[in-house]
Formats: sequence, C-alpha cells, structure tokens
Amino acid sequence: MSQNMDIKTVERVAMLARLDLTEEQKNMLGDQLGNILGFVEQLSEVDTDNVEPLASVVDSSLPLRKDEVTDGQKKDDILANSPEQNEDFFVVTKIVE
Amino acid sequence: MTDLTKISIADALKGLKDKSFTATELTQAHIDEMGAQKHLNAYITQTPEQALEQAKASDERYANGTAKTLDGIPLGVKDLFCTKGTKTTAASKILGEFVPPYESTVTQKLLDDGSVFLGKTNLDEFAMGSANTTSHYGNVINPWTSPNNPDVSYVPGGSSGGSAAAVAAGIAMGTTGTDTGGSIRQPASFCGIVGIKPTYGRCSRYGTVAFASSLDQAGVFARTVEDSALLLQSISGHDPKDSTSMNIDVPNFMAGMDGNLKGLRIGIPKEYRMDGMPEDIQKMWDQGAEWLKSEGAEIVDISLPHTKYALPTYYIIAPAEASSNLSRYDGVRYGLRVDGEDLDDTYAKTRGAGFGDEVKRRIMIGAYVLSAGYYDAYYIKAQKVRRLIRDDFTKAYEKCDVILTPTAPSGAFPIGANEEDPIKMYLNDVFTVPTSLAGLPGISVPAGINADGLPLGLQLVGKAWDEATLFKVADVVEKAAQFSGLNSTSRNVA
Repeated sequence: MSQNMDIKTVERVAMLARLDLTEEQKNMLGDQLGNILGFVEQLSEVDTDNVEPLASVVDSSLPLRKDEVTDGQKKDDILANSPEQNEDFFVVTKIVE
Repeated sequence: MTDLTKISIADALKGLKDKSFTATELTQAHIDEMGAQKHLNAYITQTPEQALEQAKASDERYANGTAKTLDGIPLGVKDLFCTKGTKTTAASKILGEFVPPYESTVTQKLLDDGSVFLGKTNLDEFAMGSANTTSHYGNVINPWTSPNNPDVSYVPGGSSGGSAAAVAAGIAMGTTGTDTGGSIRQPASFCGIVGIKPTYGRCSRYGTVAFASSLDQAGVFARTVEDSALLLQSISGHDPKDSTSMNIDVPNFMAGMDGNLKGLRIGIPKEYRMDGMPEDIQKMWDQGAEWLKSEGAEIVDISLPHTKYALPTYYIIAPAEASSNLSRYDGVRYGLRVDGEDLDDTYAKTRGAGFGDEVKRRIMIGAYVLSAGYYDAYYIKAQKVRRLIRDDFTKAYEKCDVILTPTAPSGAFPIGANEEDPIKMYLNDVFTVPTSLAGLPGISVPAGINADGLPLGLQLVGKAWDEATLFKVADVVEKAAQFSGLNSTSRNVA
C-alpha cells in the first residue's frame, strides 16, 4: 500500500511550505510521507456519503462582540522580539528593486 | 521533617494555613530538588529567583489573611504557554530567544490564585511527539527506572514529557500541559501520575502556542486526583480572548467525590481490545472495571465502531492545522532569522534551519493534504470521518456515563525505541486520539505496574462538560489502586 512520494512532489510541497530541505532530508521525507499517506489511505474504506465534514466540536456559532478598540499603544512590545527593526518597522530583505 | 517535595497540594495548602511551614520553605525545597534532579532535563528554563519572590509575597498573604486558593504552591509551566517576561520556546529553535510581552490566560489564572512558578518545562517541539525526543533542548528522562533494566533511561511520554516527569520526580507539585491527541494523558500514564485533558473549550487557548487549533486543549498534571481537580478548577472558564472557549459555568469539580458509584454506568468499548495488547494492560483494565463495580457502578459493553480510523483521521487533521498555524514562523516579527537572497529564500532558510525533523514532517503532510487536488480527498474526507467518530461517542453515551480504557497500549519504552518509523510512534496515541477528535474530557489515573516495573494508567473518558463525574470515578480508581507513586529508591540517580 505504501509508496514513496517522488522527489519532485516533495520539492513542490516544500516550496509551498517554504521549507529549505537538504537532499538527504528530501529522500527521507519521500519515504516517510509515502508511508504516512499509505497509512491514512485506509479512510477510503469508510462510507462518508451524506456525512457533513466536522470542522469544530464546538457546536455554537462564534460569538460576536462590539467592534471597538480595547487595546493598543503596544508598539514597543510588538517590536521587542523582532530579529531586525528600524524605528517603527520590521525590516526584511529588499523586495522591490 | 516531612519531605516537602513529596506531599500533595491539598496537604501543602493545609500546612501553609497551619503555619507548619512557609511558602518560601516549600518553594526552596523544590528549587533544591530541581538541582538534584537536573539530569532529567524536565525544565528548559528555571526561574528560582522569581519563584522565591512569589513565595515571599504568598507568605505575606498568609500572614495578613488574604491567601488565595493555590497560594504558595510551586508549579511548573509547559513551555508552550506564554509567560510575560520569561522566555517561551515551544522546545523549538525557531522561537529563538522569544520573550512574550503578555501572559497566557491559563498561567494568569494560576498566578491570580497565588501559585508560584518554578520554571518552564520541556516538551516535544511544538508539542509534536509521544516520547519527548523531538525537543530542541534535549530528551526528557522518565524518573522511573525498571528493575529489569536499571541502566536504561525510559521516555516520559509526550508531548508534555517535562511536565509529567517534573511532577513524578517531586520537582513541581503540579504542572500545566496541553493535549492535542494524548499529550497529557499518555505521559501521565508513563510517569505514574494523574493527568487530565478537559472538554475542548473548557480552558482558554489564549497565549498557548498553537499546534492544531481544533484539538489543542490545556490541562494539568498532579500526583493525586484531588490535586488535579484543584488545578483544573483554577485554569477553567470562559475567556473573551478565545472565541472557542465556551461560556459555560464551571462546577465544583470535587463536589461528587464521595466514593459512591451507585447508578453510574461504565462503558467498556470492545474495539479497544486490540490484537497484541500486552497481558498486563488487559489485566489492569479488567481490574479497573472490577474496582468500579464493587463501588456500585454497572459495567456495560459499548461499541465505538470507527475507532480504527481515529489515528489516520488525526494524522490528516492535526498536520493540516499545524502547517497553517506554523506558517507564522517566517523570521520577520520574532524568533530566528536566517537571511536568504530574497524574502522567499529567507522564509525557506529560516524555517529549514529552525524546525526539527518531526515538525518538518508534519508541516509537509499538512501542506500536501491541503494542496490543490488533494484537499477533498484527504482533508474533507478526514473531517467527515471525524464526525462519525464523534457520533460513535454520542451513541455510546446513550448507554453509559463514563468510558473506561487503558491510557496507552504500553508502558514507557527506552529512549530511542519507536524512532525508526513515525507510524510506530504515532500508535502510542491509539486510545487517546479518538477522545481528542470528539473534544471530550479524559483523565489518566495510575492503576498498576507492568512486567518491567513501570507505571500504567487507566483512562476515563466523560461526556462533554462532565469533568466532575470523571473526578468522581477517578477518585475511586485511585483509592482502589493504592498506587504508591515514585519512591526515592527507584528514582534515576545521575
């Protein structure tokens, strides 16, 4: 039942997840992900016609609250853990030439 | 003098009230023991100075008559809960030196009730694991050793391995944990202590590092059922900051603990009798049913027909939610950053260097099952089966009030075992995952010792919001089992 995930698929998923992987990791993940997908494949045995997906066990609908400011003025707190900052901004690698 | 690291929270509260000892003495005893048990690696960050300051404030409250419900009780906090001003790591390299500017609701409630924080306990990275072997900060060692293999170090279970080991070893009177698929109940079983995951929505998730949001739920570890009820009482309740925390009254969890189970129906699910289940676990399970029967409970056979599909369902839903939740670790706003050629490359390099193997594996599964073309076949399919699993429980509770099962299919195993195949590790949670998918409360109570001389737990699963009945039944199991816990001679010596 289990089948390796091919390297091209591993690379595509790694790109979607923005994960830099070594060649060794790609090979290992190809084997392991194939096994795990083989394992979860048994769900296809279950008849789920006319079954609604269950996204949350909390039955009630999400509560609404008034749209008002209850918090704020925490610029320093928010920036305190950033790897790089300049005045009031997070700094990242140059995006626009 | 009494060894203050071995008594229960209930007895400690009496002792503090009677002035038999001070909160400072109680805290100092734990700090000393933390030093002696350092090899267990149960803590990632220890905060002894802060603990002593909190203990001093507690002593003042005892002196002026304003002591609160958990005043002066030294606790450990799973390093997945944000603690204001104290580094919070989720046992991952990617959070780097992250120091939260805010406090999680669960820990704030414990602080409001006067407790003392000894430090942040070790866990599997982002709570992903069943053996506490995926932490960036090293493995946690189970304080129990086997007389058959005295030189072997055993896993404490996971993901809340540090929290469980700390309570078992007497280096915290209680700890917080989180449970997504068994991360409180399985380590409680492996370490011979009590661990409860309440109903999904009972405790706020605000300030808890997210793994799988529809499953994650905070809970507690303690050495007695009563202590676990005291701690859960403190952290329960609605929080406007978490829209999935329910606005439902929190009853007195100890009100029903009277030892009388007359009229209560205990369900035994036939699907949990698995091929190859160790004999000692089957024996303990049968024994547990006998104990409850002798206190007046009626034992009924029930069926949870979709049990075998719970693990495959979980290993689609949990990684899918994880891959989404963990996309926030991008090296921009907090945590580790590894610079790349452009922004995308910075994301990929940061995440490649910051996440460990198990986390990468789950992000990859999650990204795959959510990707175009596979979303319906995997993710929606799993959500449909999840409904069938929940409906199984709903039907079962027409015939019974509480379900009794073993907590885990084995006792603790040596560090390094079950590592070669991820699925083998995942099977540890076969008895705990269905409860999580259904959002139901579950408690593990130590009930026996296996052939290796290591502890085994029984799991009780309740109806939604009915933790009080769980504590009532767990109290009977505890009294019948006469489980003596860890004595100093069986502790791992450095």
